Amino acid sequence: MNTRSIASLLLTTALTFAAAGVASAQDKTVKIGALSDQSGLYADLGGPGSTLAAQMAVEDSGLAAKGWKIDIISGDHQNKPDIGTAIARQWFDVEKVDAIVDVPNSGVALAVNNVIKEKNGVYVNSGAATSDLSNAQCSPNTVHWTYDTYMLAHTTGQALVKAGGDTWFFLTADYAFGAALERDTTAVVTSNGGKVVGGVKHPLNTPDFSSFLLQAQSSKAKIIGLANAGGDTTNTIKQAAEFGIGKGGQKLAALLLFLTDIKAIGLETAQGLSFTETFYWDMNDQTRAFSKRFADKMKNNAPPTMVQAGVYAGVRHYLKALEAMGGNSHDGVKIVEKMKSMPTEDDLFGKGEIQPNGRTIHNAYLFEVKKPSESKGPWDFYKLVGTVPGDQAFTPLSESKCALLKK
Amino acid sequence: MRLAGDFQGTPKGPGAKSMQALYAQLLVGLINGSFYALLSLGLAVIFGMLNIINFAHGALYMMGAFVAYFLLNLGGINYWWALLLAPIIVGIFGMILERTMLQWLTGLDHLYGLLLTFGIALIVQGVFQNYFGSSGLPYAIPDQLKGGMNLGFMFLPVYRGWVVIFSLIVCLATWFLIEKTQLGANLRAATENPTLVRAFGINVPRMITLTYGLGVGLAALAGVLSAPINQVRPLMGADLIIVVFAVVVIGGMGSIMGSIITGFALGVIEGLTKYFYPEASNTVVFVLMVLVLLVKPTGLTGRAA
Repeated sequence: MNTRSIASLLLTTALTFAAAGVASAQDKTVKIGALSDQSGLYADLGGPGSTLAAQMAVEDSGLAAKGWKIDIISGDHQNKPDIGTAIARQWFDVEKVDAIVDVPNSGVALAVNNVIKEKNGVYVNSGAATSDLSNAQCSPNTVHWTYDTYMLAHTTGQALVKAGGDTWFFLTADYAFGAALERDTTAVVTSNGGKVVGGVKHPLNTPDFSSFLLQAQSSKAKIIGLANAGGDTTNTIKQAAEFGIGKGGQKLAALLLFLTDIKAIGLETAQGLSFTETFYWDMNDQTRAFSKRFADKMKNNAPPTMVQAGVYAGVRHYLKALEAMGGNSHDGVKIVEKMKSMPTEDDLFGKGEIQPNGRTIHNAYLFEVKKPSESKGPWDFYKLVGTVPGDQAFTPLSESKCALLKK
Repeated sequence: MRLAGDFQGTPKGPGAKSMQALYAQLLVGLINGSFYALLSLGLAVIFGMLNIINFAHGALYMMGAFVAYFLLNLGGINYWWALLLAPIIVGIFGMILERTMLQWLTGLDHLYGLLLTFGIALIVQGVFQNYFGSSGLPYAIPDQLKGGMNLGFMFLPVYRGWVVIFSLIVCLATWFLIEKTQLGANLRAATENPTLVRAFGINVPRMITLTYGLGVGLAALAGVLSAPINQVRPLMGADLIIVVFAVVVIGGMGSIMGSIITGFALGVIEGLTKYFYPEASNTVVFVLMVLVLLVKPTGLTGRAA
């Protein structure tokens, strides 16, 4: 009994050393955590679809055939920063996760940002909007894909001001995201000679906006800027139509609008809205092919939103960097440095780059929602109006307050 | 002349909170109050008659909206029929729940009913979410109720006006049915002393099942009414139910008239909060609940048990 247990102990120790030896040389195991709102108001634009996008990125990378073992797990942060950080900590400490992807909800995203920096993980954020992730709160472990509030303000916002919408009233979601979007858009409005005449901060996930809409209506501002997202935006737009806003000459600026939002509003009400995204499923043959594969695997056969597309592209790029490094060093800062040194290119966003502050630069597109008569299919919603090159859409490095730039 | 014109024009700064805007907010509050009243009424009926804290109420409200959506999109059945059919369909579903599950909890602690109905709510919501996602489906306002009227101080969408009037009628009819008719009297007697009422030859279990069906039907009716205003979303009930419970607690558990009045009143108070201090609009109801419980633990119209 005793000799047997000693023998097994020795054997285990020997095996552990052997395994450790392999790990330091050529570790080809990767674990990615897709952290998102899995059931709340942002679940359709990220959520299970983002996990699927990450899985597809792993499959398409072809690394499994080259001896890599890549696992994906998912978690529900329920739009609560404390839950988000608790999951992130558990993933690093217990699950040994290497990278966290997606994370919509700017409040959660910023909180998780700190955990990942502390644990030296890799953070590929696609779901959150706040431009602070690559600005004041940038981190050497973070890459911010897809979009941010600066980009939204400088595309949709700027276009509206230039078209004569020089007085604004904001309906703002009362948390980090709404504040960032209002701040960035206000900067654009005032620097283009416009004026912000007022605003209301509403709680996240508000079912009824009539009260706020009446205040916006009586402000007589030409533009009602919606600094909110997901279910909040769709409710606002729907109820604004009910209260005759739009017929009175006021225009709604849906600063952030996703494919799934348009589905929820319906083309009848949404038609004519202009907004900006960096990905749409019906852009070219590659995006259509990817979206078809994606939709076939989704429960409601929905094509990917730009957030889900960003998760795919981000994970692909992360895996490319790991492959180029020949193994997984589990050192977040080094891996993100490698990601920044390689130009980005994929079927969904085209060519781009990751700036030193962690911001991924790619084209942004101004879209307009089609009329019901123009739509040929269940997800045929957008008309391309214009393309803004990445270097004009995102924060110029000269304006960024990111500490990583001061070297 | 120009001065007067300017004065009526764009209000600026703090002066923007004019009396006109205040009237508009009161009216908007009344609209939301209609939903609170309809839902809390159903809860009060169920609690008053069955002694069940029905946490599935929000999920059943959501089902009402979904049934209306299915009727329209699969069967081509319009809003007006949905107003009648959805409460019946969801009411039958509720009666099945009562027959198969809830009836076994008679006489047990309230906690069991709460846990069971809460579990049912989570399952129902989960199933809908699995198939329909979370962002919701559009349901158009019926043609007859499109458009709006200019009331001088605000633009009132016709549909919202309809919601207030219709729900007020339904609330008062329910109150009349339970407090003023023979059927209601039997029902109240059955709650008080089921054995004695049974001795009079009244089928008490059947009456209880029908009452649960009525309460559930009211929730489904509120769901149909709200479908054109909000999207038809799996979580639409979960977002609302907590507030509605606060309404019931403030009004006094089980009190029919209390829940109707409190429902409308809290809608108005919430509306005013949205105007004066919007950040607090989703907590004001709970602050009031705490205050009421501190002063009068049985609720505003409740009697001590």
